[in-house]
Amino acid sequence: MSETYEPKIVAFFCNWCTYLAADLAGTSRLKYAPNTRVIRVMCSGRIDPQFVLEAFAKGADGVLIGGCHPGDCHYQEGNYKALRRYYLLKRMLREMGIEDERFRLEWISAAEGERVKVVVNDMVQKLRALGPRRVPCEAKPQAMEVMAS
Amino acid sequence: MSEQNGEVRIGVYVCHCGSNIGAIVDCKAVAEYVGSLDNVVVSRDYKYLCSDPGQELIRQDIREHKLNRIVVASCSPHLHEHTFRTAVEGAGLNPFFMNMVNIREHNSWVHEDRGAATLKAMDMVRAAVRRVVHHEPLQRARVEINPNVLVVGGGIAGIHAAMTLANAGKHVYLVEREASIGGHMAMFDKTFPTLDCAACILTPKMSAVKASPNVTLWAYSDVTKVEGYVGNYKVEVTRRPRYINEDLCSGCLECIANCVYKEPKFNDEFNQGLGKRKPIYIPFPQAVPQMPLIDTETCIQFKSGKCKKTCLAACGERHAIDFTQQEKVETIEVGAIIMATGFQPFDAHRIPYYGYGTYPNVYTSLEIERLVNASGPTAGDVVLRDGRKPRTVGIIHCVGSRDVGTNRWCSRVCCMYSLKLAHLLKEHTDAEVFNFYIDMRTPGKGFEEFYQRLLNEGVHFIRGRVAEVTDWALDPSEEGKLVLRVEDTLLGVVRRIPVDMVVLSVGLEPHEDAQDVRRLFNFSCGSEGFFLERHPKLAPVNTFTDGIYLAGCCQGPKDIPDTVAQAGAAAAEALALIDKGYVEQEPNTAYVVEEDCCGCKTCVPMCPYSAVYFNEETNRAGIQQVICKGCGTCVAACPSGSIKQHLFEDDQIFDEIEGVLANV
Repeated sequence: MSETYEPKIVAFFCNWCTYLAADLAGTSRLKYAPNTRVIRVMCSGRIDPQFVLEAFAKGADGVLIGGCHPGDCHYQEGNYKALRRYYLLKRMLREMGIEDERFRLEWISAAEGERVKVVVNDMVQKLRALGPRRVPCEAKPQAMEVMAS
Repeated sequence: MSEQNGEVRIGVYVCHCGSNIGAIVDCKAVAEYVGSLDNVVVSRDYKYLCSDPGQELIRQDIREHKLNRIVVASCSPHLHEHTFRTAVEGAGLNPFFMNMVNIREHNSWVHEDRGAATLKAMDMVRAAVRRVVHHEPLQRARVEINPNVLVVGGGIAGIHAAMTLANAGKHVYLVEREASIGGHMAMFDKTFPTLDCAACILTPKMSAVKASPNVTLWAYSDVTKVEGYVGNYKVEVTRRPRYINEDLCSGCLECIANCVYKEPKFNDEFNQGLGKRKPIYIPFPQAVPQMPLIDTETCIQFKSGKCKKTCLAACGERHAIDFTQQEKVETIEVGAIIMATGFQPFDAHRIPYYGYGTYPNVYTSLEIERLVNASGPTAGDVVLRDGRKPRTVGIIHCVGSRDVGTNRWCSRVCCMYSLKLAHLLKEHTDAEVFNFYIDMRTPGKGFEEFYQRLLNEGVHFIRGRVAEVTDWALDPSEEGKLVLRVEDTLLGVVRRIPVDMVVLSVGLEPHEDAQDVRRLFNFSCGSEGFFLERHPKLAPVNTFTDGIYLAGCCQGPKDIPDTVAQAGAAAAEALALIDKGYVEQEPNTAYVVEEDCCGCKTCVPMCPYSAVYFNEETNRAGIQQVICKGCGTCVAACPSGSIKQHLFEDDQIFDEIEGVLANV
C-alpha cells in the first residue's frame, strides 16, 4: 500500500435527504475528506446496479449510496428498493473480489450534515487501510469473469 | 450527441462566489483545465456568477459563441438552479441545457486542502461537461392550482395565516387538534413586553375566524391522509366526535350547568390541571367554536350507560347532544398547505433535581400563566397549593433549554416571559422575586427596556444555573421552604436561596408527534425535530415540498410578533402560488420507449403513485406523465432499459460516472 494512495469514492446521493445533508455539512462548514464525488439522483431508488458496476469498472475505489431513512423517503419507498438492490449487489461484488468496505449504503436525512462528515471520513479511512483495488479496472470484462468463476 | 442540435458547444462558468469558493478552489485553474476538454467552446471563471453582470456574461456568450450547453460550477442547485435556468432561457436556450456543479457546499466549504479541492472541482466539472452533451430540450408541464388552502393548527400562527388568506378571498380549511382554537397564546395572561392582555388581542381574531364565510373551521380534528402534489393536494381530515351536534348547538352551555355532577370534579387540561371541570365542558370561556364537548372517560353515560342525562333535558328541544356521534372523515382538495402546529412545552419532570411533581410548590411557567389569569382556576389569586400566599418566589430560567442533557437550543422566549411573570407575580403578591439566569437574552423591540424596568422594580437577578431545588433545611430560616442551591457566578460563591414558590421557565420543543406529522405531509425535520425550512435565510417559510409552508413555533421557537410575521409571510407565499393560477412541474418524469419494452411488468408494482400502467392490447407498459413524480425507481428496475427518465437519463449518469473518474 502506497503512502500517497488516496481512494476515490463515487457517491450517489438522493436529492431530498443525503444531497441536502451534504449541503448542510457545507453551510455548517464541517470539514471532511475530499475523496468523494457526488452524483445527484432524485431518489436512491433510481440507482441502477449498473451505475455501481460502472463506477467500479471505471476505477472507483468505493461507492457510497446515500438515501432517506426508512419510512422517510420523499417518494414513499424508493429507499427500500435501493436497499434490496444493495444487498443483492453486495453479494455479487463480493464474488467479484470487491471487498465489503468498498460498497456502502447509508441513510442520512437532510438534518444530518454531521453524519455525512462521519460517514465519508470513516469510509475514506477504511479504504485507505484496504489499499488500492485488487480487481483491475480497465481489463474489466475478462478480469471480472475470471474472478467470478 | 443530440441530433436536433447538431454540434455541441459548451460554455463552462466557474464561480468564485467572492472568496467562498475562490479561497479553497483555484477557479482559474479549473476553468483553464476544463477549456481543454472536448466540446468546450468557452470556459471562464467569474467573481459572482449569480449577479446580474454574471448572468449577462453567460447570455452574451450564448449569443456570441452560439453555445448550446451551459455548465455552471458554483453553489448547490437547491440554491441557484432556478436562477441559472432562467438566465440561459433569457438568451433563448432551453433551460434544461444548463447543468450545475456544486463546488461550494460540496467542496470549498467542506475541504481545507486547496490542491485536493481543486482536483475535486476539476473532476466534478469534467463530469458535468460530459453529462450535458446528452441533455435534451424539455418543456415544463403546466398544472392548474386549486385555490383553496389548508391551515393545520389553530394557534395564533394558524389563525393569522387563515385570516390573511380569507381576507384575500381564498377559502381556508383550518384544522385544529384541540376542541378550541387559540393554542398556547390563549393560555397566557399578559404578553411581553407591552403587558397587553393575551385574551384581549387574541379572542377577537378567534371570533373573526368563526365569523368568516371564507373559513371552514374544524376543531377537534386531525389530518389523517395527504395525497397529491403542489397545487392539487387531496387531504383527509378526521373529525373526532365531541358528542355535540354543531349545527344544532347554540352555545348556551345550559348542559354544563345541568350536568349530574353539581361541582366540577375532573382535571381541567386548559388550566394545566390546577382547576376542575365537568365531564361535559367547554375548554375555556372564550373558546371557539363556542360549543361544549363530552369527555367519554369521565361521563357516566359513557362509562355505565346509567346516567340521568340531565344535560339532555337541559338542551331540550334543540337535541344538540348526541351520545351516538361517530368519527367523521372529510375529504378536501387544496392547492397549498400551511403548517402551524406549534410546540409543546418542555416536560419539567425530565429534570428531577428541580423537584417538579415531587414538591407541590414547584410550578411550570404555563401553570403560573393560568394562576395569575383572571379567568384562571383561582380567578387570578396567586396562592400555593396549600392556600398560602407566596412571600418569596424563585424563577429558574432555561429549564430544558441550553442544556446538553435535554435540549441544546435557546427557546428564545423564556427570558422575556420570565421577566413578565416576575412582574406579574410581584404585582399580584408583592412577593420578593429571584430570577436565576444563565444569560439574559432580550433581543427584540422594547425587550431590553422591559428588562431595565424589572431591574428598577426590585426583582433580584442571580446569574447561575440552579443546581438543585430541595426541601432539606440547613437552618431554621429554611424550614418549610424550598431551597435553591446555585452558584452565583458574578459573586463567585455558592448560595442557598429559600423560597415559597419555584417557577420553572420551561423551554419550547417540537411536538412529540412532529416526526409522524412531517412524514404524513412529506417534508423534513431539522436535527432538533422542528420542521425544516427550505433555506434558513432566503426561504424561511417554505419547505422542500412545494406548496407546503411553515408558520410559528413548529419551525422553531419564536415569540408572538415573530410568529404573526411568519404566518403572514406563509400566507403571502401561498397567495403568490395560488394567484399565479398554475404550477410548472419539473420535467424529470420517467417515460417508456415502447419499441424496447418487452412487457414483463417489472415496473408496474415499483411505482408508489400507480403512474405506471400496462397496456394489455399493445403488451407494453406506459407512464402517466401527470402522475409521475420523477423518482426513477421504475427506470432502475426495468430489465430491458426501456424506461428512461428526463434529466436523469442513463447515458447522462454513465458519462457523469466516467467523468468524475477520468484522470486529469
